[in-house]
Amino acid sequence: MKKVYSRPKSLKPAHFHYCPGCGHSIVNRLIAEVIDEMNLGDKIICVAPAGCGMLIYNYFDVDCLESAHGRGAAVATGIKRVRPDNLVVSYQGDGDLAAIGTAESFHAANRGENITIIFVNNGVYGMTGGQMAPTTILDQVTTTTPVGRISEKAGHPVRMCEVLAVLDGTSYLERVAVHKPAAIVATKKALVKAFQHQMNKTGFSMVEILSPCPTNWKMDPLQACKWVEDVMSKQFPIGLVKEVQC
Amino acid sequence: MVTQATKGYIEIDQERCKGCSFCIEYCPKKAIFLTDKLNLKGYFVATYKEGNGCTGCAICAIVCPEVAIEVYRGGTA
Ligand SMILES: Cc1ncc(C[n+]2csc(CCOP(=O)(O)OP(=O)(O)O)c2C)c(N)n1
Ligand code: SF4
Ligand code: SF4
Repeated sequence: MKKVYSRPKSLKPAHFHYCPGCGHSIVNRLIAEVIDEMNLGDKIICVAPAGCGMLIYNYFDVDCLESAHGRGAAVATGIKRVRPDNLVVSYQGDGDLAAIGTAESFHAANRGENITIIFVNNGVYGMTGGQMAPTTILDQVTTTTPVGRISEKAGHPVRMCEVLAVLDGTSYLERVAVHKPAAIVATKKALVKAFQHQMNKTGFSMVEILSPCPTNWKMDPLQACKWVEDVMSKQFPIGLVKEVQC
Repeated sequence: MVTQATKGYIEIDQERCKGCSFCIEYCPKKAIFLTDKLNLKGYFVATYKEGNGCTGCAICAIVCPEVAIEVYRGGTA
């Protein structure tokens, strides 16, 4: 018999620290598969966030830099400007990208920086214990919205792909998910496309990934996937939001 | 006894498994089960059972968050 699936080469042997059923794990594996298949090992430079994704440098066998919370797009901008031939990828959560890092994300997108953001949207601040994020949906219970998010007090969930789509600097924005097999396959394709956009210097690319956080959603892993399908993806529609010619 | 030809099989690294049940849920042949065995991390782990007609489709590996599954396909076992 032939081995048809085994661990990607650019994923180190380390065991993931993520909780059972966490979407970060699947996203990490997909990135490593794409690095292998596109032969990007010597070309890619990853920027790690503050958040549950902060240890990606322990997993990817490629060059990685840690950024301060929210500053991924600014750090990636700096790297890309001095090393324009490298593929520069910033990995960020929703608190990181869309709360503390709003300014950096927005203006890097507006400048059309030739970088790629992998944006893991799990609707909460995962690492710090499940506080409300800008992406928390209305009525969602978190530690800081104990009766559910109320728009009069806490505003509305932010759809980052749609927000950035109006900026002329953005070239590829797609929302995908990792809660079921077909969605996982589509996520991998979106990562490939985003990297191709950066290689073709079309501008700022971002893949937003709806990602279960069973621990902070207080669900078991399968319930969390069902919640992505039934509830979260209604607020954050899955699909291509913007693409300019590549 | 009728024996079913095996088109594929998987190996699960139980020390990586965190018992999330994704592979069990999505295996089209229902060839994976949760056990009452704890690994070193303290999770109940999944196990593969032969004879359930695994085709080596690799859906379990696609959904496994821990990259704990290797998949083999084709030929005879
Ligand atoms: C400047 C700064 N402020 C606050 C923190 C604390 N902090 C660490 S992770 C985090 C939130 C992470 O949430 P998110 O970006 O949504 O990622 P997730 O953990 O959900 O993947 C915060 C507030 C920090 N590390 N640095
Ligand atoms: S807290 Fe949530 S986002 Fe963080 S590792 Fe656990 S499941 Fe994943
Ligand atoms: S999908 Fe992976 S981690 Fe989850 S139960 Fe199956 S083997 Fe274990």
